[in-house]
Amino acid sequence: MAKVSPTKTPMREQPAAERIRNYDEVPFGYSPEEAILEAKRCLMCKNPKCIDGCPVEIDIPGFIQFITEKNFKDGITLLKEKNILPAICGRVCPQEEQCEKECILGVKNEPVAIGRLERFLADWEAEQGEIELPPKPKSTGKKIVIVGAGPAGITAAADLVRLGHKVDMFEALHEPGGVLVYGIPEFRLPKSIVFREIHYLEKLGVRLFTDQVIGKIKSIDELLKEYDAVFLGTGAGLPWFLNVAGENLNGIYSANEYLTRANLMKAYLFPTYKTPIVKGKRVATVGGGNVAMDCARTALRLGAEKSIIIYRRSRGEMPARDEEIHHAEEEGVIFQLLSNPAAFHGDENNWVREVECIRMKLGEPDDSGRRRPVPIPDANFRMPIDVAIIAIGNSPNPLIPSTTPDIETGKWGNIITDLETGKTSKPGVFAGGDVATGAATVILAMGAGKVAARGIHEYVMKKGKKE
Amino acid sequence: MTRIIDRFEIAPNVHACIVDAKDIARKALPGQFVIIIPDEYSERTPITIADWDPQKGTVTFIFLDIGSSTQKLAELQPGDEIYSFTGPLGQPFEITKFGTVGLVGGCYGIGGIYPAARAFKETGNTVICYSEARSQFLLYWNDKLEEAADEVRYATTDGSLGYKGHAHDLLEQDLKSGMKYDILLAVGCTFMMYRISQVTKPYNLKTIVSMNPIMIDGTGMCGACRIEVDNTTKFACVDGPHFDGHKINWGLILARRKAYLEEEIISKERHNYGES
Repeated sequence: MAKVSPTKTPMREQPAAERIRNYDEVPFGYSPEEAILEAKRCLMCKNPKCIDGCPVEIDIPGFIQFITEKNFKDGITLLKEKNILPAICGRVCPQEEQCEKECILGVKNEPVAIGRLERFLADWEAEQGEIELPPKPKSTGKKIVIVGAGPAGITAAADLVRLGHKVDMFEALHEPGGVLVYGIPEFRLPKSIVFREIHYLEKLGVRLFTDQVIGKIKSIDELLKEYDAVFLGTGAGLPWFLNVAGENLNGIYSANEYLTRANLMKAYLFPTYKTPIVKGKRVATVGGGNVAMDCARTALRLGAEKSIIIYRRSRGEMPARDEEIHHAEEEGVIFQLLSNPAAFHGDENNWVREVECIRMKLGEPDDSGRRRPVPIPDANFRMPIDVAIIAIGNSPNPLIPSTTPDIETGKWGNIITDLETGKTSKPGVFAGGDVATGAATVILAMGAGKVAARGIHEYVMKKGKKE
Repeated sequence: MTRIIDRFEIAPNVHACIVDAKDIARKALPGQFVIIIPDEYSERTPITIADWDPQKGTVTFIFLDIGSSTQKLAELQPGDEIYSFTGPLGQPFEITKFGTVGLVGGCYGIGGIYPAARAFKETGNTVICYSEARSQFLLYWNDKLEEAADEVRYATTDGSLGYKGHAHDLLEQDLKSGMKYDILLAVGCTFMMYRISQVTKPYNLKTIVSMNPIMIDGTGMCGACRIEVDNTTKFACVDGPHFDGHKINWGLILARRKAYLEEEIISKERHNYGES
């Protein structure tokens, strides 16, 4: 047996200096040869731990085995049995926290690049032209409605339609995809890939209706008259702000607004697309998560000379994926760590011109186990900026809770769900994703969509028997 | 896609558009708005709903041909389709029996106060409308307002109809001469609503204004439409668009609305030059 390489087969990507001038995807993906080379690193464990690490329980060694045999078709078919959206997950899942974290190779060396292999199969399939549809399941006669066409909703829709239910999906915006489209930038997840996956859902029989704000145009009770069950995946809500002086000055965005302008509304193609965005020369992004990295990297592509991340703890506590931090560093994003904005200062026309920061040091660990940032007195400093982006999270979307008084919500306005089934306090209504958990990741939302699909299936089938 | 049944200039540069939107027509309430994207390239544009017919399934809105997106909307013809049309959004006006209700409308807001006039009247209020424009020929829906309200008071800057001056001047004169209102509601340009709020403040007359800040999604996600009310940040799309005019930080709103003037000019010029 050939010696296993200690490191992952590298994935070619656009050089940093080049890619900050375009919106194209950064990594190119594996060639078939590279994929096979990487697949052969897998030890094919008898008791594969990687599957335990996967929120959607993909048969990882199974699809990797097919890659080693150059049988990509059976590989993608097996993969899609558990994950309908492999092109998306292969790109945005935090594999280092999940499947790859459990990989035995990772004990001494680098784990198998499971995410890259998943992405490879999905992209390979797309290149083959028309994607084959699985055999049509027997109809159950049940009708299910999905509210919100983001990661939670499309995952639930995919599982439910394959169980033989009739699935309708309502989306509030003019494009489906939720955060995959309005939030994650084109250079990290090309929109054509998201639309391709959603189009596949439509071919499986899911009916998609855009421009439908449920809660306003139809209440949940009205939906329950038409459908056997409702899934709420309405996602992110109002952004959090720092609540410091000057935060409503012109040029200060929430991350949601900044990214929605740039991605969903294509402000990077202004003036062909009419939604404007302030193209700052010195852009400060406040926060240390993936969304903050997306904002800082978008700012560079919009022409910023300096794109600065302001984060109150140190690099080790940053919640962003290593890969995202690494990409941001490569592209020249400046990390102003252990700093927290105390105020924004503007000019006579109400435009932001400076951010004033407090210097922090790390104290004792807090509830999250991370060391708490403690302000250093009399050490404030100012930096000149012309755009600021506040990327410190958001509350769950308020529209459904505010228009459905009999649904139980938590402290942050999140819909309370049963973790095993996705059930809410309202009979027939299930929920998952950011609306239930508050701001989290795409894969957690997809996992919640899967859990709820199972819960919904059980619920509607039982309901049928009673009647 | 939403089909246009009719679209016509109701006053110079002011358009009325009637669209086929039966679900929205069934649900709309006075004071709510829609978000419109005229074509693939345009912005998401919030516009107040001016009228609707649940039987016919139609929704009417009034808009000014002012930016590049509304210009595109103004170029659409009956039978054409609007790329995206979403609503009804925002909280409706609180329609209860207050007693005497004053409604002030300017530009698109003349259409904006019409459904409120109708609803307040039906609820047993005495309804007095103020309709303002620079000149008589810029006013519209006089007949509709006159039919819905107990009285319509006109204010034109050139004096061609009714009072010579602004609606806030006329209102101030009325309040001075002893006219009493239990509540006042203003819909129109930001500056008009600001001036109305200034006039009513000394009289402690509760004044509700219909805010129209820049919005993107309009569904409580992006936070672009934040305004300060009573020193707290509120979001016009889900908390509003109606707020107490005496508690709003007007300076901030007027500044925020001007944030994209330069880009607006670029977009307009490009459109007029014949590019998308």
